Amino acid sequence: MKYLTMIYVDESVPADYTRMSSDYEDYTRQLVEAGVLKDGARLLASSTATTVRVRDDEELFTDGPFAEAREQLGGYYVFDCANLDEALKWAAQCPGAREGAVEVRPLAH
Amino acid sequence: MHTDPLVAVFHAEHGRVLARLIGLLGDFDLAEEALADAYAIAAAKWRADGVPEHPAAWLVITARNRAIDRIRSARRLDSKLAALAEEPAPAPAEGPVLDDRLRLFFTCCHPSLGRQAQVALILRCLGGLSTEEVARLFLVSESTVQQRIVRAKRKIRGAGIPFRVPGQDELAHRLPAVLAVIYLLFTEGYAATSGPELIKVGLCEEAIRLSRVLHELLPEPAVSGLLALLLLTDARRAARVDSVGRLVPLEEQDRGSWNQALIDEGRQLVSGSAGPYAVQAAIAAVHSDAPTPEETDWPQIVELYGMLAPSPMVELNRAIAVAMASGPEAGLRLLEHVRLDSHLLPAARADLLRRAGRQAEAVAAYEQALDLVGNQVEREYLLRRRSELTT
Repeated sequence: MKYLTMIYVDESVPADYTRMSSDYEDYTRQLVEAGVLKDGARLLASSTATTVRVRDDEELFTDGPFAEAREQLGGYYVFDCANLDEALKWAAQCPGAREGAVEVRPLAH
Repeated sequence: MHTDPLVAVFHAEHGRVLARLIGLLGDFDLAEEALADAYAIAAAKWRADGVPEHPAAWLVITARNRAIDRIRSARRLDSKLAALAEEPAPAPAEGPVLDDRLRLFFTCCHPSLGRQAQVALILRCLGGLSTEEVARLFLVSESTVQQRIVRAKRKIRGAGIPFRVPGQDELAHRLPAVLAVIYLLFTEGYAATSGPELIKVGLCEEAIRLSRVLHELLPEPAVSGLLALLLLTDARRAARVDSVGRLVPLEEQDRGSWNQALIDEGRQLVSGSAGPYAVQAAIAAVHSDAPTPEETDWPQIVELYGMLAPSPMVELNRAIAVAMASGPEAGLRLLEHVRLDSHLLPAARADLLRRAGRQAEAVAAYEQALDLVGNQVEREYLLRRRSELTT
């Protein structure tokens, strides 16, 4: 089964990029070696986001992410795992889970 | 009493049979439908031919065959069907660790399901209770229970929650959820948070039955602790309410009516147990050791409360034990630091103030407790206590 793993981070907290990128490199390598990784990317800050809505045929663009929450989507992975427990085990290893939160959702085929 | 053999088999074997079918079919709904078919067939056949030698195995085989028919007629033909038809007849009994019921415990209590869904699923699937019975026990509507179960099953299937017992390394993380659900069932039964009765006997008995099954399958010290706690607590159940349904506090209970067989069984389990439930079981065992309330070893109870992780309820109970060991004023001082949004806090304060002879303050505390209490029997108890002070 494929699972989308979304990593939410508090953007107001300054990140230690050097440490973080090496943690993520290690983590990503492990995912690749285990054959679990299907896709993944880091997103730029939510200040670069634009949200689109169409209401009554009118296109509305707003500056910023869909939800004004403290924690914003910062990146994602797509795992291929046997079941949820396996996906959760990998998600718990994600460096982002230590400070922010990681949501795991199965993909509809 | 039920004399219908099918009812007896249902009570004894439902959890085992359903767990086996879910294991075979990998589908909660199909397993339940097929088992319902098998019960219907059994109702007619057993009356004519008598009960088979291994009723559980008979039900599994019949339900499996019905499941094959259902898959076929629904044209849900896939590799699963071929595999199922090939599967040898399931054995009537299995080794402890491989028991499907154990897998079902962990699946129903998977941490990715909400607590209420876990409770509903476990009662439904392992206890064999109908959604109506679950609803009645928790005083919620049948459609609420139905919805929780449907959603939980959908998540189990959709999110790929596996039907398995966690490995040794994970067991320590996963077992507490299973124990917590059973404990929750028991506490809700033993002191109903709302409603006209103090005790819902059905829930207490179901919780004990489930913890016995779990203990048989997984004799871990943490499970022994829970089972011991439930047995030692349940032993006092009959003494907690008098003949007209009024609450009787521990010190006024007729100790002769405590169930000695349950106490003995609980005490034996305590010795091989560990964890927070085991500590609480040890406290219950100290109470049952005392032939009279005055002979209770309160200092030991204070010490045992000190071994539990601090929480408002633990602090509250510890304060009461300290009051019994060292006088009500010492208990009252500790209560000042307890923050708990429940009638139990002012009720405990009222009791200690009464013991300390501070009548006017006690009456005020009873009134605070009365504002918060939800259970009718507890309300009457508090009213009675208050009127003793004012007349």
